[in-house]
Amino acid sequence: MNAQPFTLAGHHLIARASGALYWPAQRLLCISDLHLGKSERIARRSGTLLPPYEVHDTLTRLESEITATEARHVVCLGDSFDDLDSMLSLPEDARLWLTRLMAGRDWTWIEGNHDPGPVTIGGTHRAALALDGLTFRHIASAQKGEISGHYHPKAVLTPKGRQVSRPCFLIDSVRAILPAFGTYTGGLRWSDPVFGALMEPGARAYLTGAAVHVVPMPARRPT
Amino acid sequence: MPAAFHHWFATKGWSIHPHQQEMLDRSDAPALLLIAPTGGGKTLAGFLPTLVDLAVEPRPGLHTLYVSPLKALAADIRRNLSTPVAEMSLPIRVEDRTGDTSQTQRKRQRADPPHILLTTPESLALLVSYEDAPRMFAGLQRVVVDEIHALAESKRGDQLMLALARLQTLVPGLRRVGLSATVEDPKAIARFLAHHPDPCEILRADSGPDPDIAMLTTDEPPPWSGGGAAYAIPAVLEQVRAHKTTLIFHNTRAQAEIFFHKLWLANEDALPIGIHHGSLDKTQRQRVEAAMVNGDLRAIVCTGSLDLGIDWGDVDLVIQIGAPKNVKRLVQRIGRANHRYNAPSKALLVPANRFEVVECVAALEAVRAHTLDGDPRGPGPRDVLCQHILIAACAAPFDADALFAEVTGAGPYAALTRAAFDACLDFVATGGYALRAYDRWQRLKLTEGLWHLRDPRAARQIRMNIGTIQDTDTLKVRLKNRFGGQPLGEVEEGFAATLTPGDTFLIGGQIVRYENLREMTVEVTRRADKPPKIATFMGTKFATSTQLSHRILTMFGQDDWPALPDHTRAWLHLQRDRSRLPEPGRLLIESFPWKGREHAVIYGFAGRNAMQTLGLLTTQRMEALGLHPMGFVATDYAVMVWGLDPLTDPEPLFAAENLRAGFESWLAGNAVMKRTFKASAIISGLIDRQTAGARKSGRQAAFSSDILYDTLRKYDPDHVLMQITREEALKGLVDFGRIEEMLSRTAGRIDLLRLDGITPLSAPLFLEMGRVPVQGAANERLLGEEAARLLEEAGLGAVDKA
Repeated sequence: MNAQPFTLAGHHLIARASGALYWPAQRLLCISDLHLGKSERIARRSGTLLPPYEVHDTLTRLESEITATEARHVVCLGDSFDDLDSMLSLPEDARLWLTRLMAGRDWTWIEGNHDPGPVTIGGTHRAALALDGLTFRHIASAQKGEISGHYHPKAVLTPKGRQVSRPCFLIDSVRAILPAFGTYTGGLRWSDPVFGALMEPGARAYLTGAAVHVVPMPARRPT
Repeated sequence: MPAAFHHWFATKGWSIHPHQQEMLDRSDAPALLLIAPTGGGKTLAGFLPTLVDLAVEPRPGLHTLYVSPLKALAADIRRNLSTPVAEMSLPIRVEDRTGDTSQTQRKRQRADPPHILLTTPESLALLVSYEDAPRMFAGLQRVVVDEIHALAESKRGDQLMLALARLQTLVPGLRRVGLSATVEDPKAIARFLAHHPDPCEILRADSGPDPDIAMLTTDEPPPWSGGGAAYAIPAVLEQVRAHKTTLIFHNTRAQAEIFFHKLWLANEDALPIGIHHGSLDKTQRQRVEAAMVNGDLRAIVCTGSLDLGIDWGDVDLVIQIGAPKNVKRLVQRIGRANHRYNAPSKALLVPANRFEVVECVAALEAVRAHTLDGDPRGPGPRDVLCQHILIAACAAPFDADALFAEVTGAGPYAALTRAAFDACLDFVATGGYALRAYDRWQRLKLTEGLWHLRDPRAARQIRMNIGTIQDTDTLKVRLKNRFGGQPLGEVEEGFAATLTPGDTFLIGGQIVRYENLREMTVEVTRRADKPPKIATFMGTKFATSTQLSHRILTMFGQDDWPALPDHTRAWLHLQRDRSRLPEPGRLLIESFPWKGREHAVIYGFAGRNAMQTLGLLTTQRMEALGLHPMGFVATDYAVMVWGLDPLTDPEPLFAAENLRAGFESWLAGNAVMKRTFKASAIISGLIDRQTAGARKSGRQAAFSSDILYDTLRKYDPDHVLMQITREEALKGLVDFGRIEEMLSRTAGRIDLLRLDGITPLSAPLFLEMGRVPVQGAANERLLGEEAARLLEEAGLGAVDKA
């Protein structure tokens, strides 16, 4: 299945295999951590010249999610740009592409730690968005009914001795943490203590990839 | 030779070897390659011209550079050289410089270099990257490359030759000496060493008496399959008891660990026996080495980590466990016994299974006939060239024409085309992408005809990434206690990931219990309460060489095999009665049903890696032809495929075009390609070694090189790094060249035998480990099953269906 439904604060939501979250009642599509312009920023800062195709790839996948869900509202959950300079030096074609995607729908840029300033290419810019009892914020807080990103969670499993790691949603009864959607993003293992502290026992991971697999988060081990 | 030297030789009771004298006589040659067996006074032969020159005409400054593949060897040579230098009071300073040398020492060496500097290819590449390299190397006369046969087998050798090309530009009169063990093609090593197109003379020392080598005879015949040779443990212990010091070589670290463990279980006399391999902690290895030098050990179970270098002195027996796979390496290993010149080395071969009996006998014949094997060395890899271009830019702005002329002076790059060079330069400077995205941030910029670093601060990062040694992702293993605990060695991250607390595994000969992972270190205790798992090590899996495979095929053509033990001889006769024995110019395929499945055994004799590739390719073709293959298993000599339908028409499977076409599409998505890409991306400077390591600290900013590979494959499939990856993968694990060799050798002469059931030669394949299932969406299916199982286990079987 390329999507798995779940319930958060009484709302029916869908975890999509792409790593995007969809809220049918609001026709709202939420993605986190696009990190647009990452290769440009790395070149600028360290001189390493990575294949400069990640903006194209990320936008292609984003567009196909918007098309597939027919979303009326898109929420980018922060770290949409790898830094504010990457936003300013986004190639013209990518800028036009984004403009085209924004046309005819609501578009919210939630600010992240990589892109804390105002976004100057259209859409609404906010620190957080509250909608019908759900809160969209970059970094998880203590609030209930919260959807966040930032940590790039990934699940690591070893079925039959073969190690497989996949970006994943982490979901419990009060919050959902989204995987990073950007092409050039890594992940933080689900066993990291930070997730142990954030998630309730019994939380589940929704693995992204060709299909969504739902797996219980590993139990916290006393160390 | 000056009188002082004659006198010194005399006080030692030595006389100069003819090849040492000859090296001295020909010391003006631009390049000299000395081929000498271990113990032939090779090192002294290499250094005599330097010692004599400096004795006759003392002067300050760097005179001779010595490069060896091992840090430990550099330190060992420094100690050995200090004896003649001290005893003849020569005005010569000898120092080593490796990754272990302190910062202050390094700084001082650059300001005031010793007469003789002993180093490694990586440390030399670093020296060459400094702006002051021209000053440091100004007076350099000679360079001695030790164990050049080993360096020539890896990218470290290519990097070294590029560094020497650089030095040759700085000091045009530089003379080169290579010291090599016995190799099959000395001319190839000579071309590799010499500054192109200078000639390189080859000197051969007397190779000494033939080794005393035989197969170990045991009461019990070897088993039908497996690599452990546990059956031979009593006989091996018997040999250890009968000799002073024995080296017991294994082909893999895992096998060495298991054998060592079992050896100790049987070691009733508690003979002091140690273990040495590349994944053990450095201090552990050093302890074993020291005990060896002191003569405290009766035997060492070891791997290729003892193939080189250090003079062990009193080894009087070498035992090779498992088929040697390669005659040249066998001969070099045998040379580890009896370092006394002109005494025969003694060695025993222990086949691990029935087929290896045949292989061992073939190898013995090859050793006696003095025919060595080896694959021709391909052209210098371009990822190493990319790194060299960055190194050149660190040292000084450069002219592209001049740099091209310089690198083509290095033997491995003599045939490099200008177009191939320019592609590398473009990659290093601009990224070389079809999408020109980095005009502002080019790594190298062209100003007034010279390429230079856009940001000079980048030099630091480039220097930190120098080197071509591939680090596998390993995790350190240490004993768990309050004080941090004793380090034991390392295991592959992939193996560590399969462990759950309570699992046990073997490391350094002890069984340890996995407790937990702490800051990316595997913590273990000595509570061994379960049978151990076997740690996997990435280390190279050697394939049986082409020449040795041919020898086996030729041997199969004999009417009878008096050289083989009866049990093996009878086995081959039975195969001939029931089926047929493989022949050199034909491809034998046996097809038969067994336990409700159809089997096809293809006797390709192309070596393990190529047979594995062939298994993947044929099953892919069989899938397409609707034969429902279900899996395969490969060895050095055959691949066995099983499935639902019999193979009746092999022609379309082995049509060269079909195999090649299937190969192209299969290769692109293969894990081997991703692994090769990562190595080349690090070497060529696309990603940092440090970044690769940062992943371990769990930082989410670091992302996998697989993503870069997939992105390039999608958007820029002809990018130079993709070309390099392909070139490297074909040479390495994929080994497609051997499949081509098999196809041309058999030229469509395929014998498909339809049989009633299992045959004598195919029987061991049924016991072989490493079966590969054929399943398209393997990971998805496994994940699905695993997810269901875990949910069930957690009592979450009913996922909310909203």
